Amino acid sequence: MLADWPLLSLVVWTPIVGGVLVLLAGDRAGTGAKRIALAFALLTFALSIPLFTGFDRDTALMQFEERVPWIPAFDIYYHLGVDGISMPLNLLTTFATVLVVIAGWEVIRERPAQYMAAFLVMEGLMVGVFSALDAALFYVFWEGMLIPMFLVIGMWGGPRRVYATIKFFLYTFLGSVLMLVALIYLYHKSGSFSILDYHQVPLGMREQLLIFLAFLVAFAVKVPMWPVHTWLPDAHVEAPTGGSVILAAIMLKIGAYGFLRFSLPITPDASAALDWLMILLSLVAVVYIGFVALVQEDMKKLIAYSSIAHMGLVTLGFFILYTIAERGSGLRGAALGIEGGLVQMISHGFISGALFLCVGVLYDRMHTRLIRDYGGVVNTMPAFAAFAVLFAMANAGLPGTSGFVGEFMVVLASFKADPWFAALAATTVVLGAAYTLWLVKRVVFGPVANERVAALRDLDAREYVVLGALALAVIAVGVWPDPLTEVMHASVENLVQQATSSKIQMLAAHP
Amino acid sequence: MPSTLTDLAPMLPEIWLAAMACVVLVADVYAGRGRITVAYLLAQLSLLGALWLLLRDRSAVPVSLFDGAFLRDELADLLKLFVLALTAAAFAYARGYLRDRGLERGEYFTLGLFGVLGMMVLISAGSLLTLYLGLELLALSLYAMVALHRDSLEASEAAMKYFVLGALASGMALYGISLLYGVTGTLGLDEVARAAAADGADPVMLLALAFVVVGVAFKLGAVPFHMWIPDVYHGAPAAVALYVGAAPKIAGFALAMRLLVEGLGGLQGQWADMLTVLAVLSLAVGNVVAIAQTNIKRMLGYSTISHMGFLLLGLLAGTRDGYGAAMFYALTYALMAAGAFGVVAVMSRGCEAERLDDYRGLNARNPWLAFLMLVLMFSMAGVPPTVGFYAKLTVLKAVIDVGALWLAVLAVIFSVIGAFYYLRVVKLMYFDEPPQEAPVHAGLEAGTVLSVNGLAVLGLGILPGALLALCLQAVG
Repeated sequence: MLADWPLLSLVVWTPIVGGVLVLLAGDRAGTGAKRIALAFALLTFALSIPLFTGFDRDTALMQFEERVPWIPAFDIYYHLGVDGISMPLNLLTTFATVLVVIAGWEVIRERPAQYMAAFLVMEGLMVGVFSALDAALFYVFWEGMLIPMFLVIGMWGGPRRVYATIKFFLYTFLGSVLMLVALIYLYHKSGSFSILDYHQVPLGMREQLLIFLAFLVAFAVKVPMWPVHTWLPDAHVEAPTGGSVILAAIMLKIGAYGFLRFSLPITPDASAALDWLMILLSLVAVVYIGFVALVQEDMKKLIAYSSIAHMGLVTLGFFILYTIAERGSGLRGAALGIEGGLVQMISHGFISGALFLCVGVLYDRMHTRLIRDYGGVVNTMPAFAAFAVLFAMANAGLPGTSGFVGEFMVVLASFKADPWFAALAATTVVLGAAYTLWLVKRVVFGPVANERVAALRDLDAREYVVLGALALAVIAVGVWPDPLTEVMHASVENLVQQATSSKIQMLAAHP
Repeated sequence: MPSTLTDLAPMLPEIWLAAMACVVLVADVYAGRGRITVAYLLAQLSLLGALWLLLRDRSAVPVSLFDGAFLRDELADLLKLFVLALTAAAFAYARGYLRDRGLERGEYFTLGLFGVLGMMVLISAGSLLTLYLGLELLALSLYAMVALHRDSLEASEAAMKYFVLGALASGMALYGISLLYGVTGTLGLDEVARAAAADGADPVMLLALAFVVVGVAFKLGAVPFHMWIPDVYHGAPAAVALYVGAAPKIAGFALAMRLLVEGLGGLQGQWADMLTVLAVLSLAVGNVVAIAQTNIKRMLGYSTISHMGFLLLGLLAGTRDGYGAAMFYALTYALMAAGAFGVVAVMSRGCEAERLDDYRGLNARNPWLAFLMLVLMFSMAGVPPTVGFYAKLTVLKAVIDVGALWLAVLAVIFSVIGAFYYLRVVKLMYFDEPPQEAPVHAGLEAGTVLSVNGLAVLGLGILPGALLALCLQAVG
């Protein structure tokens, strides 16, 4: 029954239609627009659940596929489908959007209808990015989602929002146009825009290197990897809470997803040749950005830098696979790094989203994000403090939270690659603990710092729901990650297979 | 030669337009007060009538008349369809503007119709003579239209510049044409094509080609023959800039297509090199200089230049896909330009909304108008899901297919630079506070047409397949 529905299309288009309806309802409808937005966000989330329950865990093939001609002149298809890599990310997207809609309920006073509509449209586009199996369609979603994010930061952001949002847009736009050239080139080579065909097309080394670099620019900006990360702290600091949550929880994941869907399987030889570069950049992000996070005075900026460091761990997990395979740990060992990275992505989606929401809770009350304006919040907001400490611990990788699972898997895998990688990667545990716990100490604990903190009121029901849902998710994945990793196995193994089979040899065999 | 009147049926749209342009002129003299309505309605009637005549009976297409001097093929019909529709839209946007300015003379519409006639003749040209005839009819109408606001110093200056430079470029083109005639001994484009294919290396032929390319480049506004564009767009009344900025780009494409591709296709290797230089310069100058503009009409002028660079990229690829891409680009760009200038014209009620600052906080004053402008700006920047993205995609694909990867990389990098000034317009409309709270009213008619125009940009962005297929079919 459910399986016959075009589920992915529904998950893509329901929120977009919802967004249009919310816009039409406008602000005159009072809370009506918000109610419509919440209804559509919930509906989309409900529609995305069968993607998980109906998912066949034994196959690496694309599931829930839909394929109709879209631009026949160029062989472009409206082709959607998910595998074990993209499906969990889709769920993360629909889950996060519900929370963002609830979180923005009372906080956004100016043009709330446009705010809600932007997030709904963005949700549909992001699900589209994770589900698209046609390169042109992928690019449309990939670029399209910049528009609502551009507006969200620019319209509801902080004082330097215009600078931040234009920087955000141009950085990502520059990255993606080069990817567009690479995608068209691949079309020129393979004769179709299908991503699955791209995986098969034989390519020489020089071509692979250029394509890999074009992809690298696009995805590295999005992840973001050091040294093209500078847009992220700006965008995060200026964005409204909801914008930060979506940025950290989903948009960063899109870059990492790109490495798995495009770079590794399409350019395996170039990935193998340049894996040192990726590992180097990842380790710099983990270590150096970890130190940078330590000295931040702005809470949002601190979490933004922490995001970059955590994403460094993700890309490290992806690109150590060649070293692991060389060292004889086999494909299973290589898969561990990628799965660890994927779990880390999901977990970071929950945790960073939750931390930004926590900052949002404080900011809504005090209108400052500077750490020194706080102190002793636990005395006036005990419930909030409990949540904040939980998420901080998760961010530091405490066992029993989702943060631990991903970090542990990646560090374990990097041990198989090289103990030095592991030693450096493990600094994330130390540094992460240092900056998050120090943040908590300064903000939450200690004596009440000033009368404004003394006047704080604790969480309301709305905030309870949002943070509670995230806390549940963080602990659930932390205690029992199996349901999450199970869906990935087949797809990740298939990916490792693709990433380790040389295309140059293929070219030599079939010139 | 056509022996009976029925043989002239394929060119009925042109005949109808020529007649109606005269009717508008005469009716305008006798109509007295409230004249604009009469002239306006008659002008719209002429355009719609021409559209109907064009689409009514297409069984005979392709067909040629007067020994091949007048062609009617798929290419011509599709281009004419867009020219007529966009001009009708332009008239609708211009109406309120003209009424407010006391420019309520039938001249705008008469000249506009003659301009359309010129474009249609140019589009259908099968010989060098018809080509030049159409070109000049269009150009003369445009010169006069730019000068329409004769009390305005800026407009007069712009018209003067346009006329002097335009006459020079026409002269160049005519000189090239005469050389072609001298070498080949014929005016028919098909025979020129045969001659060009046979002895392409002939130095006089190459000299002729150089002059012809100058003419084409001027019409399109490609660097270094772009000087007139910013001045004309800036100086001309918004209603005229709107007319100049949209449909004539399609005519410019037709000129390039007929003259370079159909006439001098044998010299493709030679003119592709020339167009490469023009395209790269246009992309660079257009995008970079547009950033420095504070006047939206001038900014759109430089943006046109950069878009023409993209169009030339499609042409110089020299493949069927490339020509189709260039055609798609020309049509969709004209659609976007009509919409963007339409917003400028609608905003310019009462006072000129020329400065970028006039668009501050438009989202608070008229959210729908701001949204349409948002769509148009993102489309010009080439961001999906708008049609501007597919225009760029098809051109890039054509360029990459012929192996000119560096051109594609250059083009996308310049389009990132270009994205900045489109974003700035969005920033002004959405992120800034409005200087005045007074809401902006587009008016029912202009508002409706503008909505259709903006939504077409979005709709074609979601389903571009059909138009793309038509373009590829038309050039193939």
